[in-house]
Amino acid sequence: MTFVFPNEANVTWTVMIVLYPFITGLVAGAFIVSSLFHVFGKSNLKAVARYSLVSAFVFLLFAPLPLLVHLGHPERAFNIMITPNFSSAMAGFGYIYAAYLLLVLLEIWFSLRSEFIARAKGRGLTAWICRVIMLYNLDEDESTKRADFKITRFLAGLGIPLACLLHGYVGFLFGALKANPWWSTPLMFVIFIFSAIVSGIAVIIFHYFVVSWINGWRVDQVCVRTLAKYLWGFMIVAVSLELLEILSLAYKQTEEWEVLRTLIDQKLFFTYIVLQFLILSLIPFLMLGVASLVKLKDRLAYALIWTASTMLLLQVLLMRWNVVIGGQLLSKSLRGFTNYLPGIWDREGLIVAAIIFTLPFGILYVFHRIIPLFPGAVKVRARTNRQAADTTAGIGN
Amino acid sequence: MSDKRWTRRELVKLLAAAPSLLLIRCVPSPQSGEASDYKASEHYWGYAVDTTRCIGCGNCMRACRAENDVSAGFYRTWVERYRVGLDGETQVDVADPETLAFEELSGEVSKAFFIPKLCNHCEKSVCTQVCPVGASIHTPDGVVLVDDKHCIGCGYCVQACPYGSRFIDPHTHTAGKCTLCYHRITKGEEPACVAMCPTGARIFGDLNDPRSKLSTILRQNRYRVLRPEMGTHPKCYYQGLDREVV
Repeated sequence: MTFVFPNEANVTWTVMIVLYPFITGLVAGAFIVSSLFHVFGKSNLKAVARYSLVSAFVFLLFAPLPLLVHLGHPERAFNIMITPNFSSAMAGFGYIYAAYLLLVLLEIWFSLRSEFIARAKGRGLTAWICRVIMLYNLDEDESTKRADFKITRFLAGLGIPLACLLHGYVGFLFGALKANPWWSTPLMFVIFIFSAIVSGIAVIIFHYFVVSWINGWRVDQVCVRTLAKYLWGFMIVAVSLELLEILSLAYKQTEEWEVLRTLIDQKLFFTYIVLQFLILSLIPFLMLGVASLVKLKDRLAYALIWTASTMLLLQVLLMRWNVVIGGQLLSKSLRGFTNYLPGIWDREGLIVAAIIFTLPFGILYVFHRIIPLFPGAVKVRARTNRQAADTTAGIGN
Repeated sequence: MSDKRWTRRELVKLLAAAPSLLLIRCVPSPQSGEASDYKASEHYWGYAVDTTRCIGCGNCMRACRAENDVSAGFYRTWVERYRVGLDGETQVDVADPETLAFEELSGEVSKAFFIPKLCNHCEKSVCTQVCPVGASIHTPDGVVLVDDKHCIGCGYCVQACPYGSRFIDPHTHTAGKCTLCYHRITKGEEPACVAMCPTGARIFGDLNDPRSKLSTILRQNRYRVLRPEMGTHPKCYYQGLDREVV
């Protein structure tokens, strides 16, 4: 017979709190890809650099939404900034989030100034929006372009530690809770950063392929293969860290390991062992290894890379699930487990979670209508008249 | 109408000062219901449980529910029943949330006992440490309370408490927990669970007062606290605690 403390019958942090670190992970990872181009001069990544930056911003806009849906009193959310309790790890959220949002916003503003100015000089709603965004300052010459470039580079560099802070902080929120043996580890901070980078690169590859396929663009072969190698490297580190954590716990055989072993063996066997590790880590590891080391035809390499990226996106989502939900299934009595199955139509259910996750892609599409997110994309196959008309209107250039 | 004209400097000062007024408005204040002559700084409340006296009658849970209008399905205090079989296997359960009575058991038992649980009102409480908005507070008299007008209902304190003493109240959507019946103790009364315990298993008292019943018990008896390795320094002290109890 197992026993859980009576107040633990219901899981407090639901699927919304699974979604929150997943979205912030995408932000941090996407930003790091854009910084590889802007700061470290990885010109191979030019094809996705702008998209990475803008998607980091858009995902960042939506990151607090699952939290607001979860809060018992969302109308008091700003208390976290008005009366912060600085002994709480969570109190830093408002400030870290606001600082990072401002930084990404400024970086987009400076890096896309020329694009906005070019569109602001036209007529119509789009031109007016661009003028407002540019604060009605449409001056541009070589010196302003140089200044924009320098500022963009500075912000991209500053953003790397901030991105790590934002997401590492989310890991710290869990890792710092000594009451929960499934969460309480200093490695959580690092694991979250690396898994964030994995999910960020994976979502960029995933979306780049999908958008290219829909629009009939030629995929930038060098860019995708470079991203695949980064993804392979970062996923190896992320998965190794997680395995290291488990191996360390298993080897030490502490009192807590008895109950953690049962958690892994029984409650999380399918989502953690089977899905997260055996299927969604091992298979992408092999796929990306083959795509990175063996000379394959583009079509086959792309199929492997896209499939591996999609699987790794799911892997990171499952990792969040296994951390957030897994930790709550384990009772603090260390004698038993509770259960959790998310509702479908509930306020904190699967439909709302799916909507929140889909919304950023809608905003990205709107942004793309104003400023193309993939500026160097080249059309390779014939499309319908309607798609061609869209391209003429500026979507596909 | 005043002839006063605002200078730009004065206006900037006023705008800069405005957010501080907001801060004053929003700083959480301890829940009170205190008697006017009550001086919190003169007391330091603690709690003890003599586990050898508890008979698992559930009076304490019923009293707590009646006194504090605790939401169904949640507990500010509860009683755990431990039953160690002849094979050494330990079984634990709590009273039914509706009837607050234990299920009947059969089979041979080598030892059995009841353990009342409640918020430990820790000196170094994790819940107050992790509350992001400062809604969970220590009162000067050693009680951990939640300002439910300020709590945002994030649930971080629920996750942080090693004793499972907190929950998100489904009616207020804020953190719920034992208040040691703060509205009673500040009027010189005992918490409802202590007042209704028929065997004297639950003891409440002032740790500042060396002559209080609690101080005397702690001075004259051996006792333990729950999960001392957490470093929370609980102020709920247990006499006769078995090693099986977490």
